[in-house]
Amino acid sequence: MDLGLLTRRSQYEWEIPRHDGMRVPAVIFADEALMRAMDPKVYEQSVNVARLPGIVTAAYAMPDAHWGYGFPIGGVAAFDPDEGGVVSAGGVGFDISCGVRCLHTRLVRADVMRVQQSLADALFSRVPVGLGSTGLIELSPAEMDAMLAGGAHWAVARGWGAAEDLERIEECGQMRDAVPDAVSEQAKNRQKDEMGTLGSGNHYLEVQEVTEVFDAAIARAFGISPGDVVVMIHCGSRGLGHQIGSEFLRRMVVDAPRYGIALPDRELACAPLGSELGRQYLGAMRAAINCALANRQILTHIVRRVFAELLPHASLPLLYDISHNTCKVEEHRLDGGLKRLYVHRKGATRAFGPGHPDLPDGLRPAGQPVLIGGSMGAGSYILAGTASSESRAFSSACHGAGRAMSRHQASKTWTGRQVSDELAARGILVRSPSMRGIAEEAPGAYKDVSAVVEAAHAAGLARKVARLVPLVCIKG
Amino acid sequence: MSARWEHFAHGADIGIRGIGTTKAEAFEQAALAMTAVVIEPSTITARESRNVECAAPDDELLLVEWLNALIYLMSVQRMLFGRFSVQPLDRSRLQGEAAGEKLDPARHRAVVELKGATYTMLSVKQQCGLWVAQTVVDV
Repeated sequence: MDLGLLTRRSQYEWEIPRHDGMRVPAVIFADEALMRAMDPKVYEQSVNVARLPGIVTAAYAMPDAHWGYGFPIGGVAAFDPDEGGVVSAGGVGFDISCGVRCLHTRLVRADVMRVQQSLADALFSRVPVGLGSTGLIELSPAEMDAMLAGGAHWAVARGWGAAEDLERIEECGQMRDAVPDAVSEQAKNRQKDEMGTLGSGNHYLEVQEVTEVFDAAIARAFGISPGDVVVMIHCGSRGLGHQIGSEFLRRMVVDAPRYGIALPDRELACAPLGSELGRQYLGAMRAAINCALANRQILTHIVRRVFAELLPHASLPLLYDISHNTCKVEEHRLDGGLKRLYVHRKGATRAFGPGHPDLPDGLRPAGQPVLIGGSMGAGSYILAGTASSESRAFSSACHGAGRAMSRHQASKTWTGRQVSDELAARGILVRSPSMRGIAEEAPGAYKDVSAVVEAAHAAGLARKVARLVPLVCIKG
Repeated sequence: MSARWEHFAHGADIGIRGIGTTKAEAFEQAALAMTAVVIEPSTITARESRNVECAAPDDELLLVEWLNALIYLMSVQRMLFGRFSVQPLDRSRLQGEAAGEKLDPARHRAVVELKGATYTMLSVKQQCGLWVAQTVVDV
C-alpha cells in the first residue's frame, strides 16, 4: 500500500482522510511493515465502505486486513439506524458467523503425545470433514426451524453439550430475533444433513498446546497455563450461510437503485436497516448465526466423545466461542452518549473489554477472550478485550493471519505430502481428505500471525494473553 | 481450439475464467473452471445429468446465477459435474445441462467445497472475437 495516501495518527493507526464522497474517514490499525505489505485493495475497499449511508465514526480495518468482497476482510463498520444506516450482505460475508471455539482439556502435552497418532486418527474418522461429508443427523423441517431459532441452546437441549457451555458463547449461545421463515428452502436444503460438519478450505479442528503466556493474570482468569492442551474449532454456518449470503447479495444488488443507493462496487450490496429487504436479511442472517453456533456445539460434542474414549481423565469445558462474520446490534459511545448501532465485522472479532455487561461473571473482570486462528504451522493466539477496545474500533480486533499467497500459487509451490511431512517432523500431525487442500493451506501461504497479533496488542485493540501451537490438525 | 478455461489468482480465494466463441460456450467453460477448483474434471464420469434454468437482469448476474445454481446442485445432491452445455443465451435467461456423477469420497479427492460465486472481478465480455466469462468463487 502506498503510505503517502494516508495520515499516520500514531505508530499503529493510519487514517485515510475523507474525500470523494466518504461520509467518514477510514482507519487502518497496523505497524509500518504490515501497512507496506498490505494489499492496496484494502485502501480502495475501506474508502468504499466509508461512503455507505449511515456509517458512523470511521470505516475500520484490522491489522490482518486483506482484499475481500466489498468490505475488506478484517473490516469493521457501524451504522446508525436513525441516520439512514444500512445492512450489507457483503459486509457480513458468505460464511455467516464463521468463528472459532476454544475448549480446555485439563490435559498437558505429555498426556496427549502418548496417544497423538490415535487421537489424530480418531478425530479424523469421527469429525465429518471435506466436500460431501454429512453429519450424524438429518433435520426435519420443524427441527430445522427450531435449530435456526435456538442456536447452541437447541443443540444442548438435544444432548449435544452442557448448559454451562452456553454462557461461554457470544449471545449466550442463541442469537435473538432470528427469523427462520426468512431463510429460503434452498438454504435449508443445503443444511439438512450438514449439522456437525467442519467444512473445508481454511476450516480446521486442532489440538493445541499453550506454549507461551504473556499475561499471567488474564491467563489465570481464562484457566490456561503453559503446557496446557486445548482444542480449537474453526468453522461456520456451512451451506445454509453460504446460500443465504449468495441469495441476499443478489437481491441487494438488484434492489439498490430502488433504495437510492449507488454502489461503488456490487459486493457492497446493502439495504436500509428499516427496509423490508434489510429486515429479512437481518432475520435470515441471525438464523445463520444460530446455525453456526449449533454446528460448533455438535462438533464439540463429537470431540468430547473422542477424548472420553482415548483420554478418560480429560474434561473439556468451553473457554469461549466467537464469531467473526456478523452484523450485530450493540450499544456504543457516540457523540458523548450511548447509541444502538449495527456493527458489521467481516473477518474481525468482537473484543469486549473488562466489565462489559454482556460477558459472563467468570470472564467479566478479565475481558472477552479473543481467539485468533493462525496457520497450521505458525500457531494461534488468545487475546483479551481491553478497556481501550471500545474507543478504538467499536470493541473489535483481528481474526487471523490472512493469506500472503493465493491458493493457486500455494498449490504450485508445495505438495500436500511435503507440507504434511515437514509438520510431522515438528511434531504436528495433519489429517485431511485432500493433499492439495493441505498444500493450499500451507503455513508459508499465510502472513505472520505474530506480527498481526503484536500490532493488535500495541494498537490497543486487544491484549495478548497466550500463544498456542498445534499438536494435531484436522483440515477440512 | 478456442474454447478453454483457466484460473486466476485472488487473495484468499480463486478466480475462474471461461473462454469460448459464443457467450454460451464461455459460460460452459466457466463452469468447468469452477469444477477444477474442487477436483480434476477428468476424474468425473458423465453418468447422469441435471437441467439448470436461471434468469437475471444482465449477463454478469446471469453468470453468477448459473454458477450458484451448480453449486447448489453439487451441495444438495452430492454431485460433481464434469461436462456442461448451455443453450444459446436469450438475453436474461439461461437453459443448461450439467453432466456428472455422485460424489464418491473413495475415488474423488475433492480439495475444497464451494461457498458461492461472488461479484468480484465479475465480467462477461467479448475480447478479440472471443467471449470471456469470469468471476471469483469463495471457497
